[in-house]
Amino acid sequence: MDWQTLATQLFPGGHAIVERDNFLSGSAQVDGATVDVIGTSGHVPIGIEIALAQATAILETVQAHPGRPILILVDTQGQRLRHRDEMLGINSYMAHLGKCVDLARRQGHTVIGLVYDQALSGGFITSGLIASACYALPQATIRVMGLPAMARITKVPEERLTELAQDNPVFAPGPENYLRMGGLHGIWERDLAQELVRALADCPHEDRRMALGQERGGRLLAQPVAAAVRTGSDVRPA
Amino acid sequence: MSSYLELTARQRIPAMFDAGSFEEFLPPSKRIASPHLAQLDAPVSYDDGVVVGRGLLGGHIVFGAAQEGAFMGGAVGEVHGAKLVGMLRRAIDEGAHAVLLLLESGGVRLHEANAGLIAVSEVMRAMLDVRAAGIPVVAVVGGANGCFGGMGIAARCANTVIMSEEGRLAMSGPEVIETANGVEEFDSRDRALVWRTTGGKHRYLLGDCQLLVADDTAAFRAAALEAIAALGAGAVGLTLEGLLAEQAMLARRLHDAEGVSEPMEIWRRLGVPDPARVPMLEADAFLTLAAQHRAGLPSDAAHTGEQ
Repeated sequence: MDWQTLATQLFPGGHAIVERDNFLSGSAQVDGATVDVIGTSGHVPIGIEIALAQATAILETVQAHPGRPILILVDTQGQRLRHRDEMLGINSYMAHLGKCVDLARRQGHTVIGLVYDQALSGGFITSGLIASACYALPQATIRVMGLPAMARITKVPEERLTELAQDNPVFAPGPENYLRMGGLHGIWERDLAQELVRALADCPHEDRRMALGQERGGRLLAQPVAAAVRTGSDVRPA
Repeated sequence: MSSYLELTARQRIPAMFDAGSFEEFLPPSKRIASPHLAQLDAPVSYDDGVVVGRGLLGGHIVFGAAQEGAFMGGAVGEVHGAKLVGMLRRAIDEGAHAVLLLLESGGVRLHEANAGLIAVSEVMRAMLDVRAAGIPVVAVVGGANGCFGGMGIAARCANTVIMSEEGRLAMSGPEVIETANGVEEFDSRDRALVWRTTGGKHRYLLGDCQLLVADDTAAFRAAALEAIAALGAGAVGLTLEGLLAEQAMLARRLHDAEGVSEPMEIWRRLGVPDPARVPMLEADAFLTLAAQHRAGLPSDAAHTGEQ
């Protein structure tokens, strides 16, 4: 889905989001209140400039509008794979973005991610995945990398990975699998505007994704292992 | 001198913590391994490639972890990530003096793709929770596999990053970039270029690493003690002022590196005389030189006026 169509459906009360070089920013009306919006479009790779632009927008909201909710719209093919980005420390730019989201949360901003088209690996980990809650549209693609590249690196035949991806949430792209593993809080099937209002009202503050993954049967060991380490007890599988 | 780089994770722990003080949580005797590797006919490890626990450092209770580069490149899977998160949460529960992370990782473990990606984001949030609880987090990068992918991001969520000149800190590895965009973009076999782009000296000059030491376990331990002592005095959680300062540093870096594609040119623009000499310098000589020219901020903590 393109971002304009999305924005029309999400914000029947109107919005003032602008796009510049695939960087989205602005504000919108949600249920009578103002929400700030940042994000990316056109599956753009996240390089150092666009990571910094998103971080700058978040700190502007934190300074100018304390407590105002922030919605992060995710559409990226992943981090930009260029020598220059690595030379200048793209990991630091990504970390900076993640830390800005974290600061906003701790200062009372509700921060929600929405994957409306593609989400891949490094472009996702410090945007949607570090928000307090992340949602996706049903047709969204979410993955770490494509199966052919994964086959090359893991030395596991692509046919085997394809077969596993049929019913194993760990390998298959797609929002249902991230939902089962607790990485997504929900998938927005119908009225997007209503879903957004509900999500802003229900936003969790604690990171409960391991527990969600266990409850939903997609990630069975993370929660018991973390709990065993934390309490000094044995692992008690679900 | 004894090399830190050549040690395994299990050798690094006693080299860094006070002798005999470290207690491992969920040790290999509990036989908890990855649930995902068997179906790919990949070997498992009963620590899933990471040691987590609690010990003493300079007499203080410090929680810690060490990733094992020899097991799947130190990459983070479901269990590996959950062990890190459990340890970080326990550090808060027990009011740790500090957390010390000995990082060596290729990032997300592709054999557990989606679960690994979520796990790394949970580790980042848990690290920031530790900082918000007033507990300093120090990351050490000095292993042969470097610190890449999501863990390269996680390292920069710590208050302080300690590196050796041999350590490498980045996001996408040179091979990944070469595969995606060709050998002209990044020649992964050009070891000198790889080092200039991701190595400890470059990161130190840029300001992405706060302490640089020789590849020596005693030097790493001394740096960890120094970092924790320095952080102990101030607030260690994220602050708006701290992030604005970091943002200014990152914006300035972008601006100053306009049109530059060679790390040595960045060093030259920072004012380093004869940048071609930098790779040859021993750690002490390098630090003397770098002190006048490096960009960046002190450790990511409440700034005490030395910005």
